[in-house]
Amino acid sequence: MLRPFTLHRPDTADEACALLARLGEDAAPYAGGTELLLLMKLGWLRPRHLVDVKRIRELGDLTGGPRLAIGATVTHRALERSALVRVHCPLVASVARHVANVRVRNVGTVGGNLAFADPHSDLATLFLTLDATVALVSPRGRRELPLADFVRGPWETARASDELLALVRLTPWPAGTAAAYVKFGVHERPTLGVAVALQLDGAGPGGARSSGRSVRVADARVAIGCVSPRPTRAPAAEARLEGVAIAELEDVAGAAAESAAATVDPADDLYGSADYKREMVAVFVRRALRIAAARARGAEPAARFPHAVVA
Amino acid sequence: MQINVAVNDRAHVLEVAPHALLLDVLRDVLDLKGAKRSCDTQVCGACTVLVDGLAVSACTYLAVEADGRSVLTVEGLADGESLDPLQRAFLDAGAVQCGFCTSGMLLTARALLRENPAPTREDVLHYLRGSLCRCTGYRKIVEAVLAAAETAR
Repeated sequence: MLRPFTLHRPDTADEACALLARLGEDAAPYAGGTELLLLMKLGWLRPRHLVDVKRIRELGDLTGGPRLAIGATVTHRALERSALVRVHCPLVASVARHVANVRVRNVGTVGGNLAFADPHSDLATLFLTLDATVALVSPRGRRELPLADFVRGPWETARASDELLALVRLTPWPAGTAAAYVKFGVHERPTLGVAVALQLDGAGPGGARSSGRSVRVADARVAIGCVSPRPTRAPAAEARLEGVAIAELEDVAGAAAESAAATVDPADDLYGSADYKREMVAVFVRRALRIAAARARGAEPAARFPHAVVA
Repeated sequence: MQINVAVNDRAHVLEVAPHALLLDVLRDVLDLKGAKRSCDTQVCGACTVLVDGLAVSACTYLAVEADGRSVLTVEGLADGESLDPLQRAFLDAGAVQCGFCTSGMLLTARALLRENPAPTREDVLHYLRGSLCRCTGYRKIVEAVLAAAETAR
């Protein structure tokens, strides 16, 4: 059961921000409700006003260009099925396909996912490898900041109470980038999420298939989610991968994964002990890198891992 | 708040509170008991209904969101005494045991077949992820969905 609240349905971002500014901590922005309504049922959140942002037209836009702009109220399902996303950021569409279940994907939104900052979010982790920035609007104007600065910790963001998350912008990887996302867990939400993206030097759009040993990693991105208080990149692992020839990637993957595991900040909880999570980071970063390396050679690995999803 | 909603092709004008959940309105106002409350957290699928053809968890969906839309519950699947092909396939395959998950399974499968009339076994398994059954072991449910798809072709 939900406690009573007043529902507001503004048509513009200005109206929504004015409401949020006036109502302060008594109000919560509401879109799909897949996170918010759960916490309201438990009584952990008790907003007396919900500001439904789904009627604000521009928040539902998904547009291309040099960067992909995803409006805050775009659902996971829309992301999964968007031709634009599939062309410019295909891994985003694949990962969206594996968020929660089809009912949550039909209703839950990208903006809600990011603004809720559940540390077990798939999208936030993946978006860190796509130089994501988020736009926030308020009666004081508009600001855009890196996703890495927006998400501050578990369920904590840089959003002020009168600000509205309007959209997230992604920078698509260059053609020929080999990437993978692997998540692992036995609970409803993942225990671990790993995103890796390897931009290759000397590879055409078809990857490194025909180019042999000369193809090297020009830029490596490794992001790890669910384990630390917020999703983070692993610069030490990235540094180990840069300049490595594709043919040698298999050998370097283990060492890079160990450096990634050394940088995480896990806690003991129901998802596992801190030591266990650190060990799983080493295992799954290695696996994700090997999958990306196979994709760089134009092969789709058949590898399946228990309780893991490969996107 | 007043909402206009078609439930199983029947138009209703209802007065609902903003915090009323669709599941409670269906069960307690319209007396449609097919959708079940179980996990109450969008995890299990027992409360699944279709809103404009999309599967949603009615337990975590505000009734006011259904305003101007069309809701399908398991009660709306059969045409009088004549079962929907999916219901027939579930019976034929023995995909029903205790029955608690069945309405959600049927509606989720209905949404899948509307999107993808020729799913693979993998497609069915992917789509039914988050629809939990504690009796059948899923095998017969998946077979039933594949059989219904086959019949429809």
